[in-house]
Amino acid sequence: MSKDNIPVLEVKHITKRFPGVIANDDVNLTLQKGEILALLGENGAGKSTLMNIIYGLYKPTEGEIYVNGKKAEMHSPKDAIALGIGMVHQHFQLVPVMTVAENIMLGAESVKKNGLLDIKKVSKEISELSHRYHLDVDPSAKVEDLPVGVQQRVEIIKALYREAEILILDEPTAVLTPQEIEGLFEIMKRLQAQGKSIIFISHKLKEVLYISDRIVVLRGGKVVGETTPQDATQEKLAAMMVGREVILTVDKAPPSPGNVVLEVKNLKAKSDLGEMALNGVSFQVREGEILGVAGVQGNGQTELVEVITSLKKAEDGQVIISGEDMTNASPRTITQKGQSSHVPEDRHAYGMVSTYSVADNLVLNIYNLPPFAKGITINRPAIIKHAEELIKEFDVRTPGPLTPGGSLSGGNQQKMVVAREFSRPIKLLIAAQPTRGIDVGSIEFIHNQIVSKRDEGVAVLLVSSELDEIMALSDRIAVMYKGEIIDIVPREEATRENIGLLMAGVKRGEKV
Amino acid sequence: MGNFSLRRLFRSLLIPILAVITALIVGAVIMWLAGDNPIAAYKGLFQGAFGSARGWATTIRKWSPLLLTGLSVAIAFQAGLFNIGASGQFMMGTIFSVWVGINFADMPAIIHVPLAISAGILGGLLWGAIPGILKVTTGAHEVITTIMLNYIAALFAGWTVYAGGSQGQKPGPLWDPAAKAISQTPPVVESARIPFIFGPPYRVHWGIALAIITIFVMAWIIYKTTIGFELRTVGQNFKASKYAGIRVGWTIILAMMLAGALAGMAGAIETLGVNFKFAPEFGGSVGFDGITVALLGQTNPFGVGLAAFFLASLAAGGAKMQFDSGVSSDIIQVINALLLAFVAAPAIIRYIYRIRKSPEEQETTPKISWGG
Repeated sequence: MSKDNIPVLEVKHITKRFPGVIANDDVNLTLQKGEILALLGENGAGKSTLMNIIYGLYKPTEGEIYVNGKKAEMHSPKDAIALGIGMVHQHFQLVPVMTVAENIMLGAESVKKNGLLDIKKVSKEISELSHRYHLDVDPSAKVEDLPVGVQQRVEIIKALYREAEILILDEPTAVLTPQEIEGLFEIMKRLQAQGKSIIFISHKLKEVLYISDRIVVLRGGKVVGETTPQDATQEKLAAMMVGREVILTVDKAPPSPGNVVLEVKNLKAKSDLGEMALNGVSFQVREGEILGVAGVQGNGQTELVEVITSLKKAEDGQVIISGEDMTNASPRTITQKGQSSHVPEDRHAYGMVSTYSVADNLVLNIYNLPPFAKGITINRPAIIKHAEELIKEFDVRTPGPLTPGGSLSGGNQQKMVVAREFSRPIKLLIAAQPTRGIDVGSIEFIHNQIVSKRDEGVAVLLVSSELDEIMALSDRIAVMYKGEIIDIVPREEATRENIGLLMAGVKRGEKV
Repeated sequence: MGNFSLRRLFRSLLIPILAVITALIVGAVIMWLAGDNPIAAYKGLFQGAFGSARGWATTIRKWSPLLLTGLSVAIAFQAGLFNIGASGQFMMGTIFSVWVGINFADMPAIIHVPLAISAGILGGLLWGAIPGILKVTTGAHEVITTIMLNYIAALFAGWTVYAGGSQGQKPGPLWDPAAKAISQTPPVVESARIPFIFGPPYRVHWGIALAIITIFVMAWIIYKTTIGFELRTVGQNFKASKYAGIRVGWTIILAMMLAGALAGMAGAIETLGVNFKFAPEFGGSVGFDGITVALLGQTNPFGVGLAAFFLASLAAGGAKMQFDSGVSSDIIQVINALLLAFVAAPAIIRYIYRIRKSPEEQETTPKISWGG
């Protein structure tokens, strides 16, 4: 803490209005020197808007920002950088084909007298920085060859290279393995020890309690509370975030697996970029069990789901549903004949049509079946009645069945997709990232729905990059690494540590 | 449809109406700058279109082809496709229908007329299918292929009626020897002509009734059938339509076939109801005006009907405007072009009138991706 106790950053009465929405409502925030401040809130709570204001990307409607006690006028991130504010975005802002050194100097290039780039000088500075903060990177490595965790380090060095004193980390753990998260936390502690101040944005309660000095909770654009890890518990924080009591654990009975519903044999497929993304994946899912597929994003999980649901072609191998070979069958055969449901990973791209009404979205893949269609004519009253029932049953918050699906909140859009997929008689449920980007309240609801499907005897394939979700729901856990299933672990034997090692590609029994 | 409310109706009409007003104002400014009297011109235009029974007759006669080519472009837009090929499909419809129309002289009219119209629909449908098939099988973008097919159709149609040359060039198969050196077909036989509702001098034929019925049929297909649901889903979200189990490739081909059929019908109706023969100079810009009509009508069949009526009245009133006020009827083309610019880029209108997009508002300009 600084002696005179002037905060390095002070946000006063910030209000940001977008047409029809108040994203930030009279927000006050202080950040002391050498402090790790966690900013906690659900999606849409206004965290990112606030950070974008501090970083100069948005202009606040009202309010002021003070840096080191002086009023700051920010018109662009350039001004923020000049004031010593650095930001690591959730989606990295790196050029994959360039080297680490080139990426770091991008926009702040150091030039020799003859006008050429001075890579040597920059590399030396990077080495010094990485030595001082124990941020190991090779300045001459190409960014695309680096693991995600290392790319994140590059982003941090980029901010430090621009002499940032205040670092904003936006959901930095979302893309990391548990071990990489540990590494990030060590780096954060070290930065803190060197007097840097950090704003850590997250919606993961455990991490916030572990790493921060102080926690500020945002809800609906307002600061609803401030606490410290010493005074808070996960339950308390969740209640503050959501505004009501939340049950964080999922109650479920032991599984009673029956016949095999889904069998995948030696499945191979390419990614959209034409590289092999699945290199011979085999597993079975039985009635009444949840097989969780864990793994860091981008290890073939997306392709696995797309091949099983026939959105992507299998290059080799078999997909067998209820004993029938359905490899590369039409998507309609998989859903209607295979009696399967699919909650897609990217609901905006696949799961819904934003401009369609909630009612139409609720029949998106069953519009051709009775009672919704008689021959080729569509039976609109039946579609609306169906929508009214599902909206009630699944608690989709919408002004009505005719409201465009795209105007609902993320959580309610997902509930809409879940309502459609869970309300049909099915034998197989494929849920990919079913709770990504949605609020804690909706997560709780969707988790309970998944478990009750299992209890009805449905075979569930759950793909998630949230390890907590996998651990909470799965009966067995398959870990994907570089397009293969590296191991399948029974839930009783799984720990965050051994699953985390598998996610990093280290097999059981192997030395790290 | 479905979500019908007055507010929604008002909002969807707002942009087209403002586009029309703006195009007329800018057109007036252009006339004024050229030293003409815009008020006299618009007065003449209005009287030409609606000031007399013959004016009304001309407007209605010009209405049906615009309406059908507008529907052609609109149905393709509904499926996310940009059909610039209405012109070529119109031409093929003309050729197919004229062939049936100049042959089968002893057929009764009750069979001959529908047969000739059906032939025109078929010609357009086949011509429309080609860019659909090319897009699905090779990924070739329909904007490029339909433009190319327009040239091919126009040149093919010209060849069919070619009068031959003095150095022994063979005449085309549909050429009328009685026309001597003029490249044109023989007249369509009496039994294949669409009957008049009002005979000469008004020459309003029953084709307009067929066109109006087609509006209702298209509205039914688009909004009330599974086929329409599939078309619109493919147009709105390609990936979601795959997810929904829709046969995306077939749907694209079907949309292009429907679009072609409508433009082909326009060609048939013009041939069998107005021109009674084909010569290469027929056709004009009606295929391209279909784009303006479709966008001005917000790709809704009923909107297309209204938009086509408006453009038909401009076309009908042009001659009288020129006669009364001395303003060249070319200004009609300028107004059409302005209209196209304003409805194709509604952001201009939104900017001029400071209209904010309501968050729940559907984007009425069709999404056209170049990526396929």
